[in-house]
This record gives sequence, structure tokens and C-alpha cells, in this order.
Amino acid sequence: MTTVLEMKNISIEFPGVKALNDVSFSTATGSTHALIGANGAGKSTLMKVLSGAYHHYTGEIYIDGKQVSIRSPKDAQNLGIQIVYQEVDTALIPYLTVGENIMLNETVNDMGKKQFISWKHIHEKATAILESIHVNISSKKLVSELTLAEKQMVIIARSLVKQCKFLILDEPTAPLSHSETNELFRIVRDLKERNVGIIFISHRLPELFEICDDITVMKNGEFVCKEKIAETSQNRVVEYMLGEKLEEQFPKNQVEIGSTVLEVKGLYDTGMIKNFDMHAGAGEIVGIAGLVGAGKSELCKALFGAAKVKAGEIKIHGKKVKIKDPSQAVKQGLAFVPEERRKEGILVQESVAANLTAASLGKFSKALSFLDFKREKEVSSQMISSLGIKTPSQETRVQNLSGGNQQKVAIGKWLIADAEVYIFDEPTKGVDVGAKKDIFELISQLAKRGKSIIYASCEFSEILGITDRVYVVYDGQVAKELDTNTTNEEELLFYSTGGK
Amino acid sequence: MSSANPEVQQKMPSKKGFELFDFLYKYGTIITILALIVIFSITNPAFMDGANIVNILRSISIVTIIAVGITISLSVDGFDLSVGSTVSLTNAVVISMFVWFSQNIFVALLVAIGAALVVGAFNSFMIVKVRIPDMLMTLATMFIIQGIALTYTKGATVSQNMVMPDGTFSTGSIPEVFSKIGQVPWIIIIMIVVVLIVHIFLNYTKHGRYMYVIGGNKEAARLSGIPVNKYKVTAYLMSAAFAAIGGIVLASRVMTAEINSGAPYLMDAVAAAFIGSSVLGAGKPNAFGTFVGAVLIGILQNGLVMMSVPYYAMDIVKGTVLALALALTYYKKK
Repeated sequence: MTTVLEMKNISIEFPGVKALNDVSFSTATGSTHALIGANGAGKSTLMKVLSGAYHHYTGEIYIDGKQVSIRSPKDAQNLGIQIVYQEVDTALIPYLTVGENIMLNETVNDMGKKQFISWKHIHEKATAILESIHVNISSKKLVSELTLAEKQMVIIARSLVKQCKFLILDEPTAPLSHSETNELFRIVRDLKERNVGIIFISHRLPELFEICDDITVMKNGEFVCKEKIAETSQNRVVEYMLGEKLEEQFPKNQVEIGSTVLEVKGLYDTGMIKNFDMHAGAGEIVGIAGLVGAGKSELCKALFGAAKVKAGEIKIHGKKVKIKDPSQAVKQGLAFVPEERRKEGILVQESVAANLTAASLGKFSKALSFLDFKREKEVSSQMISSLGIKTPSQETRVQNLSGGNQQKVAIGKWLIADAEVYIFDEPTKGVDVGAKKDIFELISQLAKRGKSIIYASCEFSEILGITDRVYVVYDGQVAKELDTNTTNEEELLFYSTGGK
Repeated sequence: MSSANPEVQQKMPSKKGFELFDFLYKYGTIITILALIVIFSITNPAFMDGANIVNILRSISIVTIIAVGITISLSVDGFDLSVGSTVSLTNAVVISMFVWFSQNIFVALLVAIGAALVVGAFNSFMIVKVRIPDMLMTLATMFIIQGIALTYTKGATVSQNMVMPDGTFSTGSIPEVFSKIGQVPWIIIIMIVVVLIVHIFLNYTKHGRYMYVIGGNKEAARLSGIPVNKYKVTAYLMSAAFAAIGGIVLASRVMTAEINSGAPYLMDAVAAAFIGSSVLGAGKPNAFGTFVGAVLIGILQNGLVMMSVPYYAMDIVKGTVLALALALTYYKKK
């Protein structure tokens, strides 16, 4: 009674990007199938196609050799294909009970002419489903009171209300603790026993080797290979994931590294970051390498005072500093270019000039805090030309610029502020190739001027291209400190997937 | 790569169709004001009399002062609904200082403004530290302060020679100079000075820029090293302070403290501030726009009274104008 699922020659394009190119994938019920690939390999996109999130792809999908059409989430659910997305909170309604959330689809779609809700029916059925996977959560509890792991289980339970032949788990373990992960694995094994086919996306190789039967590797939107877990090794999978990449142009960075500027010891934030040690010298570019969800952004925010720090000490030029919020961080000479540019880095409604001066308005004010508009204009137009920001004028609102130019504005803000330590979190995300090169050039210039630079990225080629030294981060901790000259992508990937 | 492109593409083709709308957005308020002036002048020639114009300016001055305070709270993406009650409170405090306690004008003004700042501090604490959403918190404060003002005056109108609870008459008097504040030309001058000061503060100083930056993107502001909470506190203190000035001017104008005297000003002031956001395409709350919004409301009210529209129907018109202004703002945001 095994059902076989096949996806053949799937391609999908988004404006300017070919996200999937002729990808084939197959799996069967009663097995656990790992799907792995570096960031941007197309794993999530492929699974979104399978779950009906996109309708504009090309290619065919077969179930037991019979061609089926999946163009909407409803199509997928009717065929017994369910997906649990990584962001559990977007799928649940926090102020409804667990039972109501589990039975949500039924309440929305299958009520027909019935107008009244049978609470008894909802809670009985929800409880039965929770019991069937041995999860001990009261169906009457509010979802807002659950932990992340429990929420995930509620979503899994929801996908079992209807027939569930294939269950896709998109990076389910990323936010979970060790014991929570074990609990999830128990459920996965249970479901496998019940002849459900699990497709498991994860960045964590050891986990995949523990729980999965088969593995499919993807790279740059293409299928690389499918193997049996029993017949392959972690190292081989890493090799498949890498392959050759386009060589990018990085500026040569030959700077004498000066005395230590930033020193961090035993840093803990309130969740992800544990016992983090690091240091950076003047003129040094220090990489923070890690996969998505490893805790890079959390680290950057904790350093900058943007997230609560529970323990640990930060020294700047050998002097212990207390950084309680970003405004203190700026006073101590830190600068931070955040990952979520539109949300955290720029003021989309304001002009380029206002953005560039936002972090250092003190320099542009005269007596009584009156603004010096002439100086603001001078300095911002100078910055626009020296960074090559493509904008009609300095009065243009930043929302009208392209992603790369917005990023240059976000960086330019800190160049005017003139900090000592620059923290970059994924500065090339959503930036075109030309602007990328400019940004690398800029960072290398900063290093030449003796600034310390912390460069957090999941793009290992960038880490290798621009940094002097790398901390590989796994699960909020330093997994390994490496000298960039003597390491390679394979080693970075090995340590950032939890290899030891 | 993919994040920026689609938006640019969407904007391009739709631009042309929206030109008329953009024009309305920028100049709609001013065109409406001009149109109203023309209509009212035709129907009633007395409308354009110098005396009537002064009358309109006088009638909008208290609303404008309060609305300017709301504008500041809006500039940090907050919203202060408690200003109406704060007006009632300061009105009661200042009159009672004269009538009950026979204090001089400086003490009276200081105590009134001090009381308002306490309200502002309470609002800021609950919003910044306890993190209650602005509108909900100031709604609660509105009730609390309204109740405090009522309790303070024991639910009675405070006026000179009023009967005290023990049966005697109050002995204090309101000084002559205080009554000047609420008379022409001072009341109009105070309004103009308030608008000018806040306009300069918001547009030409570092602090004003910070406030707009916070209002535009709180998280980006925080990560730029701007002390967001400090400025939010400042905004609520300023909002309360302008409400206090409004209350003082009101007190001087009517020379008594009636029950809930500030309440009717709240909605007019909110309307003026929201209408003002779109004036000349500013796209954000600003003092000059708020003044224009108040002028619009003042002209409407004055003209309609002249046309013998009953006072009880006035709110229908004012509410409609506010709805239109909001429609312009939010339709554009989409």
C-alpha cells in the first residue's frame, strides 16, 4: 500500500530569477526523505510547488503514476499533501484554542449550511488526533500560551485531520531545543509507521542522517542527486551541496591588523546566543559564518544593544563597556547594518539625505539643535557620489531606489557617523551583482582606514572572499574559529551543519 | 534581487492614472477652503467681513493649539486621545487657583501646566515602559483625567462668587490681565506663535527630525542609535503641555470652568491634525497643515451657522469632512 509521489521537470521563474530549473523529485509513503541544499538552492520553492503555493510552474506531478494537477493549496490538501511551514505563528490563530486551530480547516470549509459550532465535536476530535500522535496538550488551551515546539505539533496535528499521505516539514528543528527535537523525531517516526511519507527540509546534516531514509540534494535551483542515507556520508553530501560557484570579484585586502578593538567574552542573549567569545582588531574583517537560523543576526543585535544581553562582557579598546541600547552602542563607536533592510535599516518614507544623516544628526545641527541644511546637503551629496548611489537627487524618497542603492544608503549612514566597529548582517541580501561589488569595495576601504569589521553571512563564498578570520556559528555558539586563508567552503559548511 | 523589482514595476504603469488623485491629495484641502469661502461669500456677503474673519480665527485658536499637540504625538506614530480631558483639567485648575485659593497668575499657570505634565508623564510611562498601545492607553487616560477633573470640581462649574460646599461664597477673583489671554488679538497671536514654534521645531531642529524618523520606522530609528523612548516621552509631554495651553486659553475666554469643557475640542482637534497631514502633500503630520485643517473646520462651522444650519447638525458635516480627509490619506497609502 505504498503510494509513490513523483515530480518531473519542475521549473519556475520569478521576475529576474529562475528559481527552479528542470527539477525532478520522488518519494513514497512510509519513508522519510531529506531535502537539502545551501541557501537559495530551491528546496523551499520546490516544496511550495508541491503544496500548491504557486500556480505558474511548468512540469508534471504524478501520484502512483497518475498525473495530478496541483495549482492551489486546496488541490494539494485534497491529494493528501500537507505542509508545515517554518514560521508556525503565521499559520495559527493565537487567541483561539488548540482544538479550534486544529479543526480550523473543517470549520472554514466543511460547515456547509450549518451555522452553529459544536464545541464538543471540535474538542473531541482534536483530542483524538493529539492522542494519536501521543502529544499531551489540552485541546482547550489557548495557542498563545504554547511554546514554539507545541505550536509546531498543533500544526502537525492539524494536517492529520484530513487524510495525510505526504507531510512536508520545512526546517522544523531550527527553533527547537534538543529535547524538543527528539520529541519531534518521535512523532515523525510514529507517522512513518502509519504509512505517511515525510519530506524533511533541514540544514542540519546530523539530524537528517538520524531520521531519514533517503536524501535529495539541490543546488542553485537544480537537482543534484538522490541517494540512500545508508549508502552515503555527511562529507559526500557536503560535496554535492557545494559544487563550483561563479567566482566573484573581491578586492584584495592587505591591511596590517592592529591592536584589538572589540573583545567579547561569554556573551549570552535571552535565547539563541550561548557563551559567545570573539575579538576583532583594527583593520580586520572578521566573518561570522553560519546557515540561516544559526544565530548570526541575534549575535549582531546583541552586540549592538538591540537585543537584551543576559551575561557576558564587551570591551572596546580594552575598556569594559555597558551597552544597554543602540543609542549607547553608537556612542561607543559601533555601527550596525541590519539584515532586514526595509524593516530595520532605512526609512523608506524619508529622503536619501535624511537617511544618510539619521545616525549622526548631532553633526548637522547648530545652536539650539537647529539643523544645518546646507551642510546636510553637502555631505549627503558627497556621500551619494562617493558610494555611487544611483538616485535622481538627495531629496528622493528612499523607497524609490533599488535594493542595492537602498543598502548603500543604509551603509552610508554609518560612514558619516564614523564608527570604530562596523557590524554587517547579510549586507548583500537582495542586492544585484554590481552593487555587491561596490559594497565589498566599501568594506575593504573601511578596513584600510583601520576600522574593525564584523561580517555576518550565510554566503560562504563571500566570507571566504572578504574576511581575514572566520567564526563558524552553529546553534548560537562558536563551532570553530578559522583562518580564512587556510580554509575552504567545504570546511565552513561542515562546521556550520553541526559537524565536529 | 526579487524583493525590489516587482514593486518598481507595479508603480510605473499606474502612475499616470493617479495624477488627478495626487493633485487632490496635495491641494484638496486648500481648494476646499477656497471653494467654501466663495460659496459662503455668495450666500452671505457678511462672511468676508473683517470682523467675521477675526471671529473665525478666534474660534479656531483653541482647537488649533490642542491639535498642534496631537500633531506632535502623531509625528512619533503615537496618538494622544487624552488631550480633551487634559484641557478640562487645566481649565478647572487654573480657574480654581484664582477663585478658590486666591493665587496670582504665575502660580495658577504653573500649577495648571504642571498638572498637565503629570498627565503626559503618566501616558508616557504606560506607553513606553508598560508598552500599552498609544491609542488604548490615552483612551484610558482620557477617562481617568475626565473623572479627576470632575471630582476636583465636585461636578460643579467653577466661577467667581460661586457657592462653596459650606454655603459661603468664594472670595477669589480672576485677575484682569488673565482675561486678556482669551481676547483678540492675544488669543490669535498665541495660536500663531504656537503653530510657528512647533512648525520650526518639527522641521528645522534635530529633535523634530528624530521624531519623524521614529514615526516613519521605529525599528530603523532604534538601530540608528536614536533614543526612541526618550523622544516618545518628550512627544507626550509636549502634547500635554499644548493641551494645558489650550485649557488656559479656554479658561480665560469663558472665565469659568465648566464640566468637561475640553471634551468637545478633542474631535475637532483630531480632525484638524489628520486633515493637516495631507496638506500640500506633506504626507506626515505637521503643524502648518494642522492649522489649515483647523481653518477648514472653522470656516465650515462659521459658514454653516450663518446659513442657519442648526448646531446639532454640525457634527454630521465635520465628521464627513474628516472621513474624506482620511479617505484621501489611506487610499494613497494603499
